[in-house]
Amino acid sequence: MTDGNGTTTETYERHDFDVIVIGAGGAGLRAAIAAREEGMRTAIVCKSLFGKAHTVMAEGGAAAALGNVNPKDNWKVHFRDTMRGGKFLNNYRMAELHAKEAPQRVWELETYGALFDRTKDGRISQRNFGGHEYPRLAHVGDRTGLELIRTLQQKIVSLQQEDFRETGDYESRIKVFAECTVTELIKDGDRISGAFGYWRENGRFLVFSAPAVILATGGIGKSFKVTSNSWEYTGDGHALALRAGASLINMEFVQFHPTGMVSPPSVKGILVTESVRGDGGVLKNSEGERFMFNYIPDVFKAQYATSAEEADKWYTDPDNNRRPPELLPRDEVARAINSEVKAGRGSPSGGVFLDIASRLPAAEIQRKLPSMYHQFKELADVDITAEPMEVGPTCHYVMGGVEVDADTQQSRVPGLYAAGEVSGGMHGSNRLGGNSLSDLLVFGMRAGVAAAQYVGSLGGTRPAVSEETVAAATEAALAPFAIQGGENAFTIQQDLQQSMNDLVGIIRKAEEVEQALLTLQDLRGRVAKVSVAGGRVFNPGWHLALDLRNMLLVSECVAKAALERTESRGGHTRDDHPAMESEWRKINLVLSLTSTGRLEDETVGLERQPVPTMPTELLQLFEWGELSKYMTPEELEGLPGATKMAPLPESEGA
Amino acid sequence: MGYDHHFRVWRGDDTGGELDDFSVEVNDGEVVLDIIHRLQATQAPDLAVRWNCKAGKCGSCSAEVNGKPRLMCMTRMSTFDKDEVVTVTPIRTFPVIRDLVTDVSYNYEKAREIPSFVPPADLAPGEYRMQQVDVERSQEFRKCIECFMCNNVCHVIRDHEENKEQFAGPRYLMRVAELDMHPLDQADRQHEAQEQHGLGMCNITKCCTEVCPEHIKITDNALIPMKERVVDRRYDPLVWLGNKILRRTPDRDRSSTTD
Amino acid sequence: MASGTLDTPASSAPPSRRPGGRAAIVARTLRTDNWRKAPILTVVLLTAWIVISVVRVYMQKWYWVEDYHYLTPFYSPCFSTGCVPEAAHFGRFLPDWPILPYAAPSLAVLGLFRFTCYYYRKAYYRSYWGSPPACGVPDLHKSYKGESRFPLILQNSHRYFFYTAFVLSAVNTYDALLAFHSPGGGFGLGLGNFILVGNVIMLWAYTLSCHSCRHLMGGRLRHFSKHPVRYRAWTQISRLTGKHMQLAWATLATLLITDLYIMAVSAGWISDLRLIG
Ligand SMILES: Cc1cc2nc3c(=O)[nH]c(=O)nc-3n(C[C@H](O)[C@H](O)[C@H](O)COP(=O)(O)OP(=O)(O)OC[C@H]3O[C@@H](n4cnc5c(N)ncnc54)[C@H](O)[C@@H]3O)c2cc1C
Ligand code: SF4
Ligand code: SF4
Ligand code: FES
Ligand code: FES
Repeated sequence: MTDGNGTTTETYERHDFDVIVIGAGGAGLRAAIAAREEGMRTAIVCKSLFGKAHTVMAEGGAAAALGNVNPKDNWKVHFRDTMRGGKFLNNYRMAELHAKEAPQRVWELETYGALFDRTKDGRISQRNFGGHEYPRLAHVGDRTGLELIRTLQQKIVSLQQEDFRETGDYESRIKVFAECTVTELIKDGDRISGAFGYWRENGRFLVFSAPAVILATGGIGKSFKVTSNSWEYTGDGHALALRAGASLINMEFVQFHPTGMVSPPSVKGILVTESVRGDGGVLKNSEGERFMFNYIPDVFKAQYATSAEEADKWYTDPDNNRRPPELLPRDEVARAINSEVKAGRGSPSGGVFLDIASRLPAAEIQRKLPSMYHQFKELADVDITAEPMEVGPTCHYVMGGVEVDADTQQSRVPGLYAAGEVSGGMHGSNRLGGNSLSDLLVFGMRAGVAAAQYVGSLGGTRPAVSEETVAAATEAALAPFAIQGGENAFTIQQDLQQSMNDLVGIIRKAEEVEQALLTLQDLRGRVAKVSVAGGRVFNPGWHLALDLRNMLLVSECVAKAALERTESRGGHTRDDHPAMESEWRKINLVLSLTSTGRLEDETVGLERQPVPTMPTELLQLFEWGELSKYMTPEELEGLPGATKMAPLPESEGA
Repeated sequence: MGYDHHFRVWRGDDTGGELDDFSVEVNDGEVVLDIIHRLQATQAPDLAVRWNCKAGKCGSCSAEVNGKPRLMCMTRMSTFDKDEVVTVTPIRTFPVIRDLVTDVSYNYEKAREIPSFVPPADLAPGEYRMQQVDVERSQEFRKCIECFMCNNVCHVIRDHEENKEQFAGPRYLMRVAELDMHPLDQADRQHEAQEQHGLGMCNITKCCTEVCPEHIKITDNALIPMKERVVDRRYDPLVWLGNKILRRTPDRDRSSTTD
Repeated sequence: MASGTLDTPASSAPPSRRPGGRAAIVARTLRTDNWRKAPILTVVLLTAWIVISVVRVYMQKWYWVEDYHYLTPFYSPCFSTGCVPEAAHFGRFLPDWPILPYAAPSLAVLGLFRFTCYYYRKAYYRSYWGSPPACGVPDLHKSYKGESRFPLILQNSHRYFFYTAFVLSAVNTYDALLAFHSPGGGFGLGLGNFILVGNVIMLWAYTLSCHSCRHLMGGRLRHFSKHPVRYRAWTQISRLTGKHMQLAWATLATLLITDLYIMAVSAGWISDLRLIG
């Protein structure tokens, strides 16, 4: 084995499995449980320690129409909210499956040992969140993601204990490869045959051979400077899928969460959960004005309160009052904050004020939002029970992802599946808070089951891993060691983050995005010349050098799609095209690689593709008046009832 | 605003290592992890460190700062005097991989030895009913972010490597307590706590509680109550007699018919 | 797991736990704060307290104030034939030997109650035994099995001492009530009564805040919701338990104050400050 100076006798481990799950967040773990329960030998591979994936950071809750708090809730209402939130660009089938199956998936967690907060009659308690008509988020204080990931992790352990009782080996059916990064997917012909990666701990390589790979690698937020996302979010899954021949959709839609911390600078971007607003927190500008009333867009006029009085009554009497505008979908709130700051009404550190202190008694704040209290106290010296927080938008979530079949989560590539944040379509142009955790469960499980069925259908013939692909992957992974005197990966990453933040951030313009594309081109050259100091044992410089290639590729996808879509919708706001256009609602932007090879040779191609049309029974869940705000006249024409119903000026939110 | 601070960071691997001195810029509001990142970006690009959330939520960035187990992302630089040397070393109790990164597999192995939640056989998903007051005790323990600092500081294994075999550590003894207090768990865990997981080795000196970043009262709420439950079962003839006379299941009020 | 290689047979194993393999950090502890303070303070205070009370217990005099019926807790209940008959509310049957304290049974029980108390255990394991002296400071002992075997496994008997201590707290309460006495025989009130009552209140708080008490009161239940009264009791006691350490020290102080005050009055060094009688 060599240490960095090219390859001579590079050894690697080889592991054979039925299903490889890349990612140990909610989606990956749920997929692995499903695959194992279907009898597959399953591997879980993740970059961090087991149990530390991003899902652990989710705070607010998991959305599922359990109807525990408001019995009027059901999957149809949830489906409607999801489509509205995504501005009707969602893959309707995914939204439908999600709304229908989320309750079952959440209840299942209780059988794994989860302990959600309870209602008086002992059911799972649910809380309000932006864009959800009824209290819908199953939660545990403000640490729901922790509960979710720990529960799934413990379920995996319980399956391993079962296997141990049967076979004497905990890892006979599920094995976790923690701190192991996958850098390449391997194919045999057009089918998936495995994956290639390295142990972070010692820099050694491993080859997985398996007919099915489920990507559950999460998002891309680390490409932006101000982000709530961790170092893991380098878009690995997105890039792996592209390089394996799959396609990405909706990459222009990046969610900026309206409330991230803004000061001190070192914590800028860290999330302030939406539950603060769900539990009564309000946004104010430097003049003390509760400004959100000025930013209710037409499409939402019917559902949101227009006065502080009405808004405040809603917390206790939601049936007879409209919701406070602080709970508008995230994209609206984020843009509103952005405008206030631009108009000079921002807080001292360049955000706005989020005030819960004057709205709830201190003890209740501490009980309902313990980790927020803790976070502000320890990181910013702010006592949120006594003073307002300063908040501003932060890059949070990518709606875009691998294009998959709604029912099976399979990508274009046979054997390659994607679930969770890395998959695209479910959330359309904007995700509702709480819909991610339930998405992970619903589609994680579906991907696991579908992958198992696919493997089952193969019979004895398995795609193979060739030595040449392994050799090529090895060479690519070691390349940065061969370069002497090149740049430090951390510097390039900072430059990338800065330009994505400035040029393809929350508000976009054609010239700026074009500028970004040029910068990215330039960065590609620099990344190819990155050099790495030190050896292969737990070397973050090396790890980042490899991740950078993914960040670049994915950033380019975001920029390309953002340039193409000349309208504003959800997580994509074009200063030069501020309106939402019905014509654009019909179009998905699909990205794929048109040529592959070394980083410098990869080219991203973009195609337009029609958004799948909703079947009539789903369309009928909406009022004609509401649809008319999103759809083109031609689309509406074919609608049953279109002629009978007089077009309503404003829909009365059902 | 910014000033230079004297840092000492342990660098090395399982073959040896030493404390390296650095002078590094510190700005307002920064935490120790920011400084480590600055070292990575400017002076030591291959400095190994674990982190994820940078907000005290994932428990990845555990290390020892001036000899005390801390989350680096939650240790503010303002808690040190400007001329006070800040020494950052890896967690001591577990094998070092490199620099500040240690091999924490002990914890995962112990996690696997704790029998999992046993759900009631007669309840389908969706039928679970639990009262808030009944789940609260276990919920406190489920706040755990698995930073493993309690296991690291616990002298039972920190100072006695040979005990690792028999001792699950506060984190996983707390897991036993969590399940034992779960309103619907069907397993009997009290004998095992003592026999398999080494509850008796804990001498309740409370270092685990002192370091827990989630402020979980590990000793008062998990370990001592667990010890008391073990006493119920193993060392208290009165309780045994009471159970006999009242014909309660030995497992207290577990079966739903008796309470 | 199979392993492969590009051109040579592989021998790599998956990374696994290395034996030992800890970071070679030279300093035994890198704590920079004054961690020695707490254990030293504990040793000094506890030792001083024990010395004083042992001396007092063996004096076998100045424990009873005849005029006001003040009886020090260190001599209650007074079982020895050497006791002043008026001070022995529960009979006199122990031989009057110099090595046998007058209240030997209750002192033994109370001593063991405190010895096996979860807080005192923590305190003396750390400070006297150095296991560990402070968090992150190495254990002073080479090998360690904790409370998993004889003799320390006997610490599990704490609950019995709690039961008896509970009874003795009642006895102390009784003593404090009898002490509302005037030399003439009627109701009396003096500073001594405040001290005695204060002490008894603190003793109750300490006794009730015991972890065993908390457990028996409700901690052992799985479903609080089915036992609302015990749940409420548990909640209240939990609040006290949170202050168990403070109460442990406070009662040491009140015990000593009570005893020394009664000694001083009994010996005639000072006279009780009387309000009534
Ligand atoms: C601060 C915060 C709060 C949030 N709050 C909420 C909320 O309240 N409700 C809600 O619904 N959503 C919330 N979200 C969003 C939600 O948490 C995430 O979208 C979701 O957890 C993503 O889950 P996942 O399973 O797709 O991926 P993750 O949980 O991110 O897991 C990704 C996994 O992939 C692994 N991985 C990545 N690349 C590789 C590679 N190359 N090789 C091997 N492994 C790899 C990682 O190690 C990791 O294990 C929040 C997000 C953040 C950041
Ligand atoms: S209280 Fe027990 S478990 Fe906790 S650190 Fe001390 S000995 Fe270890
Ligand atoms: S109990 Fe506390 S200290 Fe221990 S692992 Fe969990 S969070 Fe960390
Ligand atoms: S980085 Fe997550 S706890 Fe510090
Ligand atoms: S008296 Fe201290 S715990 Fe019982």
